[in-house]
Amino acid sequence: MFVVLRVLPGDPAKMLLPEGAPQSAVDELNRHLGLREPLHVQYGIFIRSVFRGDFGQSFQYRAPALRVVTERLAATAQLALAAMFLMGAVGVSLGIVAAVRRGTRYDLASTLFAVLGQSLPNFWLGIMLILLFGVALRWLPTSGFESWRHLILPAVTLAAFPTALVARLTRSSMLEILGRDYIRTGRAKGLAERAVVLRHALRNAAVPVLTVLGLQVGTLLGGAVITESVFAWPGMGKLVVDAIFFRDFPVVQTVLIFSATIFVLINLLVDLLYTVIDPRIRYS
Amino acid sequence: MTDLFVTDRSLGAGPPTSHRRPLNAPAVIGGLLLALTVLASVLAPVLSPSDPVKPQFSRRLAPPWGLGGTPAHVLGTDNLGRDILARLLHGGRISLALASVSVLIAAAVGIVVGLVAGSGGERVDALFMRLADVQLALPVIMLAIAIVAVVGTSPAALVGVLALSGWVLYARTVRANVLTIRRLEYVEAAYTLGASDLRIVVRHILPNTLAPILVIGSSQFATMVLLESGLSFLGMGIQAPQPSWGLMLAEGRDYLSNAWWLATAPGMTISLVVLGANLLGDGLRDLLDPRLG
Repeated sequence: MFVVLRVLPGDPAKMLLPEGAPQSAVDELNRHLGLREPLHVQYGIFIRSVFRGDFGQSFQYRAPALRVVTERLAATAQLALAAMFLMGAVGVSLGIVAAVRRGTRYDLASTLFAVLGQSLPNFWLGIMLILLFGVALRWLPTSGFESWRHLILPAVTLAAFPTALVARLTRSSMLEILGRDYIRTGRAKGLAERAVVLRHALRNAAVPVLTVLGLQVGTLLGGAVITESVFAWPGMGKLVVDAIFFRDFPVVQTVLIFSATIFVLINLLVDLLYTVIDPRIRYS
Repeated sequence: MTDLFVTDRSLGAGPPTSHRRPLNAPAVIGGLLLALTVLASVLAPVLSPSDPVKPQFSRRLAPPWGLGGTPAHVLGTDNLGRDILARLLHGGRISLALASVSVLIAAAVGIVVGLVAGSGGERVDALFMRLADVQLALPVIMLAIAIVAVVGTSPAALVGVLALSGWVLYARTVRANVLTIRRLEYVEAAYTLGASDLRIVVRHILPNTLAPILVIGSSQFATMVLLESGLSFLGMGIQAPQPSWGLMLAEGRDYLSNAWWLATAPGMTISLVVLGANLLGDGLRDLLDPRLG
């Protein structure tokens, strides 16, 4: 709870910070939003209304910004969860395989994948996937939000970068653990390799991996902005890009508050998960 | 002769790893890739076959050379008949310059904040680190969107956004280093000899934090290039008709079914640059700090 309380109050300030920037922008904003009060007063009003659940009216949709954003939340959540699943499942298993078979071609392939995954810009990867599976092979739909088949390409696109990161980190974390004495003890007393790797090593390697998984939620939320634009996925990311071009500030603000809150909450969850995975970690 | 010199240096100045692995393949490949792109971008006006901005409608959507195109336009032309190679080269000038400037500003700000937070009082430290927390709680793209929404798109705004996204990493690393280093005996010795705080920070602490800074800088260059092209792709960075890799990708997206090269060429260029910077960063890390993995 401590972490949330310390981090959360600062976030809305961040949303408002740009408004304090240059005079021309402030004037324009004033005209748009009817903001004439000094910044700290505005900020106070803003915070108060946010806590009342009032995020302002969307200029573009002529509806409460909160409702506009929550309507799009499900699509982004679906995409982010699918990507999260890929990231956890593919990233962690690639990392384990690379660590267990260190120096073999599996290791090389996994490392290669990780390096590539971190170098391909996700908007380009998305376009190339569209070109390959949508335009050339015609296997998968390239845009829209209808069936699970529509989810595949965006989810892969969104997951590529964080998956690569998770794979690399799992590998190095596992390698470190696999060199420990208790792993040798486990092997010496005749445990199956599977049990050694999955129960003894993985569990101990999990804490740093989990930390990064949590931090990658930020990458997912940011990546969703681009991925959703590439695939015309009707989520928060596409909404915020459109909102910028319409100068729809209440919507932009609301999306920012939502994404910061989600990020902080998930990382809090990760902090709490530590105690489950590693009982030695306790919070007082 | 040259060999001797190199060996001497690596023995004298480098940590043991450089001795064990005299040539770090990823770092060399990455460095070469980067150097090549930087050189090509710098020489863009000389190398470009034609004007990167002026449309020439008579040669719209010409395919690359060898795929039905002519050697006059090696990578083909875009929807306005502009040579893609020329646009890539000129776009590289903008993208790479923006990324470099942003990395430098981010590093400068981050280092100063880190030094101040690490060597200043507890309050200063707490203030800066909370600020860093807040910064980390927002995805960079979202932050960029917030800024662009208000100040609009300009190269200066773009550099601001990029630098703002980058300083935290340096600040945290430098701070952590300062906290460790300032308890070491040689720093205490310097204090005893009457060195001022500033002198200790600049002469004794800063040089010892340079290795991680170099590593971060190199990897961050990759992130900056990605971010800049991502923002330009979304229409929030470099504006048409200026060439920018991200913008070229966005323009090429509409021609996927009949002119795939429009989006392919800039994407591959971005990937190569990012790959180069990542490899260089990884290689430097192995060389300078074997403990990091």
